[in-house]
Amino acid sequence: MHLSDFSLQLWLQGLRDPGPAVITTGGNRPEVLSCNPPARSHGIAPGMTVSAAVALAPDLIQRPRDLVAEQHALERVAAWAGQFTSRLSLAQPDALLLEIQGSLRLFNGLHSLLLHLSAGLSDLGYTATIATAPTSTGARLLARAGMNSTVTEIARLEPMLAGLPLILLDQPEETTHMLAVMGVHTIGECRALPRDGLARRFGQSLVDELDRALDRLPDPRKPYLPPTRYTARLVLPAPVYETEPLLFATKRLVMELAGFLRMKQAGITKLKLTLHHEDSKPTIVKLGFAVPSRDPQRILTLLRERLSGLELHGFKLPDRVEAITLVSEETRPLGSRNLSLFPEDRLPEEQRWLIIEHLRARLGVDAVYSIASHPDHRPELSWRVCEPGRNDLEGREAASPRRSSSTAPPPHSSTAPPLWLLETPRRLQVLDDAPALDGPLTLLTGPERIESGWWDGNDVGRDYFIAEDTSGTRCWIFREHNSTSWYLQGLFS
Amino acid sequence: MPLDLVLQNPAIWRGDQYAKVAVESVPTGFVELDKQLPGGGWPQAALTEILTNQRGSGELRLLAPALVRLSHEEKWIVLVAPPHLPYAPGFESLGLNLARMVLVRTKSDAESLWAAERYLRSGSCAAVLAWTGAGSQQTIRRMQLAAEEGKGFGVVFGPTRNAALPSPAPLRIQLTADREKLQLQIIKRRGGGWAAPLSLNVNRSQRNRIERAATNIPGIYATPTRPSPRLHRLRQGLA
Repeated sequence: MHLSDFSLQLWLQGLRDPGPAVITTGGNRPEVLSCNPPARSHGIAPGMTVSAAVALAPDLIQRPRDLVAEQHALERVAAWAGQFTSRLSLAQPDALLLEIQGSLRLFNGLHSLLLHLSAGLSDLGYTATIATAPTSTGARLLARAGMNSTVTEIARLEPMLAGLPLILLDQPEETTHMLAVMGVHTIGECRALPRDGLARRFGQSLVDELDRALDRLPDPRKPYLPPTRYTARLVLPAPVYETEPLLFATKRLVMELAGFLRMKQAGITKLKLTLHHEDSKPTIVKLGFAVPSRDPQRILTLLRERLSGLELHGFKLPDRVEAITLVSEETRPLGSRNLSLFPEDRLPEEQRWLIIEHLRARLGVDAVYSIASHPDHRPELSWRVCEPGRNDLEGREAASPRRSSSTAPPPHSSTAPPLWLLETPRRLQVLDDAPALDGPLTLLTGPERIESGWWDGNDVGRDYFIAEDTSGTRCWIFREHNSTSWYLQGLFS
Repeated sequence: MPLDLVLQNPAIWRGDQYAKVAVESVPTGFVELDKQLPGGGWPQAALTEILTNQRGSGELRLLAPALVRLSHEEKWIVLVAPPHLPYAPGFESLGLNLARMVLVRTKSDAESLWAAERYLRSGSCAAVLAWTGAGSQQTIRRMQLAAEEGKGFGVVFGPTRNAALPSPAPLRIQLTADREKLQLQIIKRRGGGWAAPLSLNVNRSQRNRIERAATNIPGIYATPTRPSPRLHRLRQGLA
């Protein structure tokens, strides 16, 4: 898999319709290293000085080559490609070698696998030359030559390689130059030369490389070891203000992340997206997932909701976004799902969580919650906020041994508890020594005494009554021991 | 053809009955009410409007049996912008599975409507209860469409003065608490027909418990005590 003009592809990955763009050598007199098709149509060609290129296309965007970023990006593509095979290695600077023999069955044959691979790559924003050959060196040579060919037999590989120019080999420039001076330009011509003489003159490595390409020598490769977490930084070709172009760039990274997760057989639970600005502090967007997921659409929907939420709340991005970073903060194992015989019998488990996450992304994580009861006599402490769907677990955790002394039934053990609780007890008026709420309250039952909490500083001593107001609404009221004030704490609904 | 057979034709509607509409429903838990509702319960995949002026007039206990039943299935029960904190021990004592309950806190009515609509539409919610304040006809229509799409039981609470206004919700009920009982008037239902006002005893179970409890309290400022085992056996024997 050869990514031609990788530095250019990487840079323009986050842009939907790039204009003329060139990668330059940098330095005092920068030259054009590679250019994209719009630039080429302006007459720009590699090797030109940048000043000449700018004269041809005034709106040209340019950038010096960043070898470190390229290396990182290649590793990320490798991590993404890990979903196709576990045996792959990097061929610096711009190619990947994938051993796919073992994956053919999983992907329904070579043709279908290649389709998956190229479609996936275009989702990432890359175009690559993909060549298959029985040897990795052979495949790399074909891909480098720009031949999208699938060769499965060594006998067919030999004539194909014979026509390729020598400069494609991983040999020092002097070697190919010297051979060219001798009139040897292609691999076939080189192989026609006597082996021992060739080895003596140009070193063993040339002969070895030719042998490896044709399976005459073993061709071991250093396997690529995927990182434990996904981290990607994408520098945007042009700073952006709006959500849509930002999402377009983010999509590239999310696609990579999805491939990475598939390779790891994991799902993401915590994701961090950082938006880097020109000169203000970066904006950090954190996403949490209730159930692990690796569905890029789902991740993107949530990110879209979050980013548009930023705008919705009148919170403008403080500055133009120059670069984005995506980090997988926490992942959990997630097996692949077996296909069900009947499509409708699948439980909507993941579906069920989707809506929670969706709303959380828009309204904020704290805005969507659930409650659990907590063993305590004091009504205001007898419940806890918890994660939706995790009530049983949290409830048990909260009932720690330290509290076991207070696990006696709550105060309303003898009557049905109310359904509504006021956030803070509301003080009631007192008319003729009796509490009143828009009219006198009639006490129905009570009192029930609660004496609790002396050990943690929230000491309460209250007598609880159930009362009814003039309209027939039942209230849950209490009187404090050491005062005569009455409070409304709950409503029976 | 005998008249009985003719009348069995579902296309025939008799003026003294509300039309039998094939609606999926969940039993309300009150036989008297089930009889009055088309489909014999709260309509699924539709919006129900409950109009009441009092907070705590029994609207939750009216819905509770249905909610308890739905909470033991796998879908969510969502409370959007409830007026007070739902009291966890209270809901648990009704038998509600809190693990299925989701609460949504919102900053404005517009946000509540948006959230309620999204939840209803998602198809992952068994019931969505929304306290949305003044909902216009348009928003109620949107929620009704969302409920139809997501096949959920949607409930909006509104003030009694809305009763006179037309509403696209297929079921509208007006509530007033009247000491012992809950007075309930069906303003609108599928299939039409005027429904007699109902009076439901939603607090029955609670009332019984209170009476039982009251006998246990010896003095006004004494903590309730457990009856002695002998007394307990005696009481059980009497019951």
